[in-house]
Amino acid sequence: MADLLPLLQTAAELGLISSLTVLALFLSYSMLNVCDLSTDGCFTLGAAVGAVVAISGHPYLSILAAMGAGMLSGLVTGFLQTKLGINSLLSGIAVNTALYSVNIAVMGGSSLLNMNKTETVFTRMGAHLAATPLAGSQKLCVAALAVLAVGTLLALFLRTRLGLAIRASGDNPDMVRSSSIDPAKTTLIGLCLSGSVTALSGCLLAQAQKSVNIDIGSGMVTVALASLLIGGAFFGKRRRMPLRICGAVLGALLFRLVYTAALRFRLPAFMLKFVAAAIVVLTIALPYVKAQLPLIRRRFAQRKEAGDAEA
Amino acid sequence: MLKLEHVCKVFDAGTANKRTALDDISLEVKKGEFITLIGANGAGKSTLFNAVCGSFMTDSGRILLGGEDITLQPEYKRAFHIGRLFQDPLRGTAPNMTIEENLALAAGHGTWLSRIGRAERKRFRERLAELDMGLEDRLDEPVGLLSGGQRQALTLLMATIDPPKLLLLDEHTAALDPAAAEKILSMTKKVVSENALTCLMITHDMQSALDLGSRTLMLDRGRIIYDVSGEERKHLTVPDLLEKFKAASGRAMNNDRMLLV
Repeated sequence: MADLLPLLQTAAELGLISSLTVLALFLSYSMLNVCDLSTDGCFTLGAAVGAVVAISGHPYLSILAAMGAGMLSGLVTGFLQTKLGINSLLSGIAVNTALYSVNIAVMGGSSLLNMNKTETVFTRMGAHLAATPLAGSQKLCVAALAVLAVGTLLALFLRTRLGLAIRASGDNPDMVRSSSIDPAKTTLIGLCLSGSVTALSGCLLAQAQKSVNIDIGSGMVTVALASLLIGGAFFGKRRRMPLRICGAVLGALLFRLVYTAALRFRLPAFMLKFVAAAIVVLTIALPYVKAQLPLIRRRFAQRKEAGDAEA
Repeated sequence: MLKLEHVCKVFDAGTANKRTALDDISLEVKKGEFITLIGANGAGKSTLFNAVCGSFMTDSGRILLGGEDITLQPEYKRAFHIGRLFQDPLRGTAPNMTIEENLALAAGHGTWLSRIGRAERKRFRERLAELDMGLEDRLDEPVGLLSGGQRQALTLLMATIDPPKLLLLDEHTAALDPAAAEKILSMTKKVVSENALTCLMITHDMQSALDLGSRTLMLDRGRIIYDVSGEERKHLTVPDLLEKFKAASGRAMNNDRMLLV
């Protein structure tokens, strides 16, 4: 039992950090109805930029720099799809591919950066917490604060006029246009915001594990989508916005928890991404298959009847 | 209020499918005028609306609204002065957002980061109550739960809550059941007369084309072939209209939805 607690704490830390990416996808996927495939590269970009700035001795600035870089990445993805007429999936893939080179360039030509001796937001927080009962839980504190801040801001933002316009752009762009708002602009702004939050997520993960490697973000979009869908199963479309945002965070935590449990039962660590992909496929496919079920049942019955008649 | 000068639009130019959708259309609509539009399938009625709204750019000609040249303005900018309703009641509203949120976007007050205030909420409630559909008590419900008639009524309210310079109605009651259609039509008449709106309405109902408004246009193959108002229009009957069509176009009116009664 004693060894379970640190395990749960690690799961909560990682779950909270990745829930930031889930919140970013909540904005781009659930609200804007854009499946942003540049998420992986953007996550790594945040990690790389954050690491480089932190290594140069600016732990707090690293957060802002990572978010700025993520915003820029979102801007490019958005520009490709709204101004250059490139399909939203394709522009995500193109930016994602380009970011691989950009990220290695940011890390100075290397695919691995070490931050063992670097001052990060976590070490700073650790120093602050050293004399308090929370000593040793700086990762949990930083991650929770970040999630709280992003979640609250997102909930408030979605109630503003711009937030409503972003939601409507995913729901009915015609209606946005007839309300004298340019849906291209709202899509662009939405992708910038989600990019910056994705990069924040990557930056925090890198600093928490004290290293970045070029693969840190690979498969992130699927993992986050899986979490988002799990969250949606608890607090779905018809719920109020703050509850849906909590659902997204809950989904990320649950995903981590299930994964941690699976590891305990000797599931090899490399299976994480397979599990994520399976969850995405199952959650999206199940309602469809369920709707087909009556038809399949009737066909089956008919075939059986025909078989009985022959016999 | 609205002025079209020699507006042309050809689709698929240079191919075998070349289609002249708008053929040198010139039209002047006075402020406060209520015009009904009739015509066969593919005559260019909706295309004319699309040109005015900016759903596509015209090939040549000029479009002026309230004295301002809007020929090259993007669609969303023109929408500031133009309200439009489609036949499909689902097109004008965002289904996963609440009635209040839909109205807030359409009403268009405040800055980007402002939120729906108490005064605005009260205003929405009052205006919804005027529709007499009980929607004022359902502000927090998603629009997707409403019936077609209710959604079209809401769209009408959204298009006119800040009275536009021009209201375009594209067979906006055609997809509704008769009772709902009648209700939407009487709402339309009320809102148009109360705000003295300049309005163009496409209809397939020949009788209401003559009953409603003050002027009727007949379109065929991208041209306005008959334009009637005033004393002459008062004595016009549906058979007269069909006769006029035949005389002007050289063939009988064919519109699969046309009501000849």
